[in-house]
Amino acid sequence: MALETTYIQEKLSSKFGNKVLNFEMQRDIFSFEATSDIIHEVIKTLKEDESLNFHFLTDLAGIHFPDNDDEHQFSVVYQLHNWIENVRIRVRTYLPENPEIQTITDLFLCSNWMEREAWDFYGINFIGHPQLKRILNMDEMVSHPMRKEFPLEDSGRTDKDDRFFGRTVANK
Amino acid sequence: MSVESELLLTPEHRFAKIIEQTRNEDGSELSILNLGPTHPATHGIFQNILLMDGERIVDAEPTIGYIHRAFEKIAENRPFYQINVLTDRMNYCSSPINNMAWWMTVEKLLNIEVPKRAQYLRVIVMELARITDHLICNSILGVDTGAYTGFLYVFQFREKVYEIYEEICGARLTTNMGRIGGFEREWSEEAFRKLNVFLEEFPVAWKEFENLFERNRIFIDRTVDVGPISAEKAMQYGFTGPNLRAAGIDYDVRKAAPYSSYDDFEFDVPVGKSGDTYDRFCVRNAEVWESLRIIRQALDKLPEGPIHADVPDYYLPPKEDVYTNMEALIYHFKIVMGEVPVPIDQIYHAVEGGNGELGFYLISDGSRTPYRLKMRRPCYIYYQAYTEMIKGGMLSDAIVILSSLNVIAGELDA
Repeated sequence: MALETTYIQEKLSSKFGNKVLNFEMQRDIFSFEATSDIIHEVIKTLKEDESLNFHFLTDLAGIHFPDNDDEHQFSVVYQLHNWIENVRIRVRTYLPENPEIQTITDLFLCSNWMEREAWDFYGINFIGHPQLKRILNMDEMVSHPMRKEFPLEDSGRTDKDDRFFGRTVANK
Repeated sequence: MSVESELLLTPEHRFAKIIEQTRNEDGSELSILNLGPTHPATHGIFQNILLMDGERIVDAEPTIGYIHRAFEKIAENRPFYQINVLTDRMNYCSSPINNMAWWMTVEKLLNIEVPKRAQYLRVIVMELARITDHLICNSILGVDTGAYTGFLYVFQFREKVYEIYEEICGARLTTNMGRIGGFEREWSEEAFRKLNVFLEEFPVAWKEFENLFERNRIFIDRTVDVGPISAEKAMQYGFTGPNLRAAGIDYDVRKAAPYSSYDDFEFDVPVGKSGDTYDRFCVRNAEVWESLRIIRQALDKLPEGPIHADVPDYYLPPKEDVYTNMEALIYHFKIVMGEVPVPIDQIYHAVEGGNGELGFYLISDGSRTPYRLKMRRPCYIYYQAYTEMIKGGMLSDAIVILSSLNVIAGELDA
């Protein structure tokens, strides 16, 4: 029998109570939110529970929401895939300013570089990561450039006049 | 003292301490070898700092990011139709797959149904791209084992595929092919003629290429049992595509979640057994045959009809229409000025790229640019297994393993 979304929801809700919430279908992927203190346990359950069996981590993404309230400034999104049943799932968790979250490198080897990327670009600190250092940017860099407060271009550039490139303060 | 000058004063790598503390019984010591960043055998700009005991690799540390272009950051500042040019430059061995993957993601977000003809043509161009990708990977693997002829022999067929691309879109390498909803214009007769010539000539050459390597004693010695990875480990490391299938798992996005009418075609998913370099080579060879099979079916069943969906709000009209037709001019302006609404949604769309599952995770906040675009780049995900795969092996093995993984620096660094 195919893995039903209601079954996933019941299974997780019975184990984690109201720490897993906002279950919804986002287009073709069932997704929900988990609080950051239990995210490791949630991913572990999704992976190791034989009836769920989400054994493949497709992706891990950091996101910055500067307009949200203080507790929801950052988000980490995990996309998992059960190849046997061919079901994908999306788990997201929100983090406050100075984001910290437990690593899942003990569950999925591939999360190592994904977490390093999230650290590099968003400054999300993955506690327990074996080698949390920058990966795509240079080590000496001090900012986390994918955060929304960093504009795409160096605003101090004087070698071109933005008026001639259709750029305004809003879309820079 | 500035950070830079401090770094210059302390250039030691963590391996330096290991070398200092380790002495072999015969008095010899370990050494550091920089493989890359710019070494012909790395086929791209990335570095591997190797700790060597003679010719044996004790440990390795990869360093990437030399050609990082901030793909995601740039994409978050550009409208959807301008992001396509960024995708070309990732896996540049098979750019049309990246292009099509991006358009399909946008179409999924905008709920656009692409006409059957455009879907079939997309399948053809994506399979052509897969052929060129595998062709480059396997022939370069031949070069890395000392056989240059095979590479020269099949490389001419990549040129022929490029000529087909040229007929379709005007570009060869960075194709920037397609539009939201389909293609810009109908494929020319010359494109189909060249495609048919390719389908006639290429299989002969590919068969010879296979014969040249698959039972070649030297090639077998250099690749069998070199850099094997178990199915379990491959899954843990996030392998997809030919590298995963070589380990014996038949996961293929074209079968698991068919897109662009892939379910209309019959094809097999070749799998290997041991996940070693030889298996990866053979799986790619076999996939080329399957791609040819798909292209033939698509050509045979190619339906008549429009080349793009009727979505003037999103489809940038061809230039000749913009210059001659007022409606087209208005739509062109509306799209370019970002006046058309975009749904607020979250999308993940994956395709089977040359290297594996290529996925776009797109968060739209209703504006003309993505709020967040995360790209699942197959190279980036499985290259982290490289260290483990080469540990304990010889230096010459590290070269062929890297080659067989098909790591493309443009995709690795994005």
